[in-house]
Order: sequence, then C-alpha cells, then structure tokens
Amino acid sequence: MVLTQLSYDMAHLIGAGVLMAGFQLLYQRRLFAVLNTFAFQALALAAAAAWQAHIQNAPHLYVTAGIALVFKAMIVPFALHWLVERLGIHKTVETAMSIGWTMIAGVALVALSILLVLPVTANAAALTRESLAMAMSVVLLGLLMMITRHNAVTQVVGFMALENGLILAAVSAKGMPLVVEISVAFSVLVAMTLFGIFFFRIRERFETLDLNDLETYRGDRQ
Amino acid sequence: MIERLALLPGLENPLLWILGVPLGSAGFLAILRDWRVATWVNVGASAVTFTASLALFELRPEPTRLLFIDDFNIYLVVLTAFVGMTTAIFSAAYIARETSANRLSDMHLRFYHSMYQAFLFTMLLALTANNTGVMWVSVEAATLTTVLMVSLYRTREAIEAAWKYFILCSVGIGLALFGTILVYLAAQPVMGDGPDAMAWTLMVKRAHDFQPDLLNLAFVFVLVGYGTKVGLAPLHSWLPDAHAEGPTPISAVLSGLLLNVALYALLRFKMVIAANGRALTPGPLLVMMGLSSLFLAAFMLYRRGDIKRLFAYSSIEHMGVITFAFGMGGPLANFAGLLHMTMHSLTKSAIFFAVGIISQNAGTKRIADIRGLTATNPVLGWGFVLGVLAIAGLPPLGVFMSEFLVVSSTFARQPLLAIPLALGLLLAFGALISRLQMMAFGPPPPTVLGHGNASTMSSIMALTPLWVHMLLVLVAGLYLPKELVSWFQAVAKLLG
Repeated sequence: MVLTQLSYDMAHLIGAGVLMAGFQLLYQRRLFAVLNTFAFQALALAAAAAWQAHIQNAPHLYVTAGIALVFKAMIVPFALHWLVERLGIHKTVETAMSIGWTMIAGVALVALSILLVLPVTANAAALTRESLAMAMSVVLLGLLMMITRHNAVTQVVGFMALENGLILAAVSAKGMPLVVEISVAFSVLVAMTLFGIFFFRIRERFETLDLNDLETYRGDRQ
Repeated sequence: MIERLALLPGLENPLLWILGVPLGSAGFLAILRDWRVATWVNVGASAVTFTASLALFELRPEPTRLLFIDDFNIYLVVLTAFVGMTTAIFSAAYIARETSANRLSDMHLRFYHSMYQAFLFTMLLALTANNTGVMWVSVEAATLTTVLMVSLYRTREAIEAAWKYFILCSVGIGLALFGTILVYLAAQPVMGDGPDAMAWTLMVKRAHDFQPDLLNLAFVFVLVGYGTKVGLAPLHSWLPDAHAEGPTPISAVLSGLLLNVALYALLRFKMVIAANGRALTPGPLLVMMGLSSLFLAAFMLYRRGDIKRLFAYSSIEHMGVITFAFGMGGPLANFAGLLHMTMHSLTKSAIFFAVGIISQNAGTKRIADIRGLTATNPVLGWGFVLGVLAIAGLPPLGVFMSEFLVVSSTFARQPLLAIPLALGLLLAFGALISRLQMMAFGPPPPTVLGHGNASTMSSIMALTPLWVHMLLVLVAGLYLPKELVSWFQAVAKLLG
C-alpha cells in the first residue's frame, strides 16, 4: 500500500490519542477512573497497532493489536477492578506531588522527547519519527506516574502505561520482527499473573497496598 | 537407540544441550514431587549443562540468526554453567538444612528448583542470543524468575524486597527495550527490515554506516536500563534487599552471574557503538558510573549490620570496578575487566556459600551476633576468611591480580583517575577487614543456636563448592595458563 498523507495523519492522530490518555492518567483522583483511562489508552494502542499493520502491510501487527485490545483493554482493567473491590483498597489516589506540578512536569517531558527524538531521526521515515517522539513521551509519562503515585495499583498502571509506550514505539519501527511484539505482550501477561500473586501476598501480610507502608523496613535498621 | 539419537540433526550442537537441558529440567522439576530427588535432578542437570558448555571449545557452532558463540560469550557461558553447577550442589545441602528447620514447604521447594533451572536457561539464552530482541526477552525472563525466588520465604521483608526489585528492574528493563528499538531504527536503513537488523554478528560488521545521533540516544537508554540490572549507582537500590532476603543460593547466582549477564548486554551495545566510530565515546559515562558505584558501596560497607547486605554492597563495589575498567577501554583495561568479572563471580559466590551456612548455624544474619567462626567450624571459618580476604583484594589471590591490573592500567593512561579508584578500593578493603575480624576471630558465642547437628554429608556438599571456588581463585592469582591469557587478550581486542 502506498503511504499517503492520510495514512500519516491517521497514524499521528491515533498516536496522539495514546499520548493524551497518558496525560489523563496523571490527573485522575479516583482509582476506577485510572483503570478506565488505562483501558482507553490500551484501546488507542490497539487502534495504532492495527493502523500500522494496515499501512505497513505487516499482518503480524494485527496480532499485537489483538493482544492490546483483548488483554490490556479488557482483561487487565477488569481484573484490577475486581481486585480493588475484593481487597477493599482505598478508592482514592494518593499523590506525592500536586496535580498541577505533575501536569507541568508531564508537558516538560513531552517537550523533551520531541526535542531529543526529532533531530536525531532525520534519516528515518517521517512516519517513524513522530510516532517515536510520541512513544517516548508516553514512556516518560508512565515513569512520571510511577514516581508521583504512592498506591501499588496506580504504580502498576503507570508501569503498564510505560509498556504501552514501548509497544507504540515497536509497532512504529518499520519491519521490526514479530518476536519482540509477542514477547512484550507475553511478558506483560506473565507480569500480570505475578502482580496478582503479589497483591494477595501483600494483602495477607500487611492489610494494605500502599507502598508507603511497605517502606517501613528500609535498609537494615537494627 | 543412542546411535539413532545421535543421528538426529542438531544433537551434535552443544548449544542445543546448553539451552535444552535447563529448559527441559525446569519443566520436569515443576512436576516432580519429592524434593530429595529434585535436588539431585537439579545438580545432575546443571552438571550436564556444564559439560555441554565445555564441548563448545572443541566444536563451536556456526552463528545462526538466533544464536551464536564468539570468543566473548563463550567464556561467560562456561563460567555461568560452572557456577550454576557448583551453586546447585551447595543448594542441595542448603535446602536439606532448611527443610529440617521447616522453613520451606514441599510446594515451595518444587517451585524453587524449577525456577532455578529456568533462571539458568534465561541467562544462557541471554548470553548466546544473536538478536537484541531475544536477548532482551531473556533478561526480562531472568528478572521474573529471580523475583519469584527472592520472595520464596514469604516474610514481610522478602515480599518488600521482591516488590522493590520487580518494580525497579521492570522499569529498567523497559527503558532497555526502548534503547533496543532505537538501535534497530539506527540499523534498519542500512540493513533493511527484519531480523538481520537485530543480529549482533551482522550489526557489528556494518555499524559504521549507522546514524550516530540515534545510537547516542539509544545508548543512554540502554545504559540506564541494563545499568539498573548491573546495580550501578544510583540505580542500585534494589540489589541489597534482593540479595539479603532471598535464599542464599539465589544470592550467590544473583551476584555471581546475573550481574555479569546484564553487564554483558551493556558491553555488546558498547561494541556496536565502538564499531560505528562517530557516535559518542561510552567510556567516560561508564567510568563515572563505575566510580560512583565504587564509592557509594565502599562507604555503605561501613554501616552494614546484616551479613548478606554487607556482601551485596561489596558486589556493587566490584561491578563498579569492572564497569570502570571497561570504561577505560584499551587492551589492558579490558583484559583486567574480564579477569575481574571471572574472579568476582567465583569469589562472591563462594562467600555466599559460606554465608549461607554461617547464618543457618548461627540462626541469624546479624553481624554483631556472629563470632569466632574459625574456632567453631575451622573448615568453614577459614574458607570464609580466605574468601573475604580475596574479595577485599589481598595478594596473592586472583582478585588482587585483576584489581592491580585495573589500577596500573589506569595509572599508565589517566593518573588522576587512578587516585579515586585506589582510594575507593582501600576504603572497601578497610570495611571488609574490620567486619571479618569481628566475625571470624574472638571467642565463639556460648550457645550455638540453629542446627549444629547437620549431617556430615550435607556439610561436605556445602563446603566442597566453597573450597573449589577458592582454590581456583588462588591458582588464578599465582599462575594464569598461557592459553587463558591469550584468549582473554583476544576478547579484550574485540571489546575495543
């Protein structure tokens, strides 16, 4: 398929959708809203992967899209929802940094990734360049979310948002072999079961998922 | 039957055995019920893997798209398989003593043995992978298996350590993947789409045409990502917790092997950068991170109260020295770095073997409660003393030799950098020796808690790997075979 202006624009539009969801994750105050926003981001990622599969003529990317759609946009949010209900976790999000400052930091990170990525990818296809800048922004926003949130569930969501950014980068890199996408998805699957086990164990031991409470034992205080 | 099996294609390839045996036994151990049998299967499988890795010297397989063996990774594969085997032997004794104290259930043990082999498999795959993507996947899988093993005891501390390890290393590994994608993007215009642009053997040949800016950006991500797993300061905070709270055999393989594997990944990317020639020089970055790890760990060593944490910080220190050496580059410093990697692996895993038995005997990990080791159990006590003297860098042991080479090669080229390096090493030396004096000498505590009545069989099995490692380190300090030297020199050239 010939790359038309439309295919670029669509790819950027969908990529921007993923990025926007990354921003939305930063200012949610309720846990369920975080999960819904994450589901939306995964949905946008699935669309991005499917669109890349279409314009790059790379059918294997549909598999990535399918995994993002079924696993990340449906199963993971549902499972986390269920866990939050079942374990009776606090439904508000505790922040380490005020939301206003978090947003400003987020904007700075997006600017940083554009400034870093665009000049160094002058030789790469235009399609890849801008998607990569957006993917890097999503990765950094995920990182920011992990740093500024205390609750274990929001940290996990931050980590998965980071992974969404990585997959966005991988699908935008033209002709990147399949092994990577599937493995990323697979490791997320493994990671998820792991998280599940962890949640139960953490619950058994401490009655809370707040990482702040986990930090009482730090280093080797005697 | 056996002749027929030998005719099957691929079976003469040692790589198939090296990867197939751990993977197969991981599956088998998961369904094996009796833990006594499982410990022996674990030892047997590791021994077969080690034998197969020795066969690599005789018949080196041709590189394929997926796997390859060259001068650099062959030595790490053999080292990994060797320490994997000795740790399996130690683990058999350790587990027998833990179960007699009822600290682990049968289910946990099944899980532990299966994960041990899975962990060996992922490390060996990461070392032999000829594809940046496959290597990344295996490092990620190695992280997952070790997280599960660190949390094995299910205590509050163990779960916290595993959680911290998991979150920090997952983020690190995520950033490393981003770096990997960027390297692919740099390679793709030159090498075309598909797996060729991710193969180490092909990338190094044509790296000269890659776009340097993109490689620079990629290297920063790779350095931060894999650097987290190496435990370089300031990304080290998971390391002491994970080492302290897991079962001791796991601390031994974490320190001795996994850190090396992560460093190997970093060095492979450095080779691509070096082959490019126009990208940034990674040297100063590595030197800086190496020195900061060395200093941080050297100061932290003074304030440790927990014996396993003490040696975990010592691992950070030594990874710092190794990273420093590779950062300096050049034939001599690279040679020293490779030698130090080997010596540190052998010595540190030996120390953890000793620490495992010591803390089981004393029933505590607090340094203040451990006294008079050379008096209560001379074979163990003196083995421990030898190990700590070696890791502190006392002549004539192997670690001294490699540290001396690092310092002298630095002094020859950048005398100013040699001063902080030597200072850091001296600081760490002082800390370790003062702790050693407290633990090894003096009157033993009046009552010996824990299991002083361990069977002689398990004592022999626990102590043999310790002394085998220490003998190797001693021999390496006194005399390095010519073949080994010329081979290390070849690898050092490869590293640029």
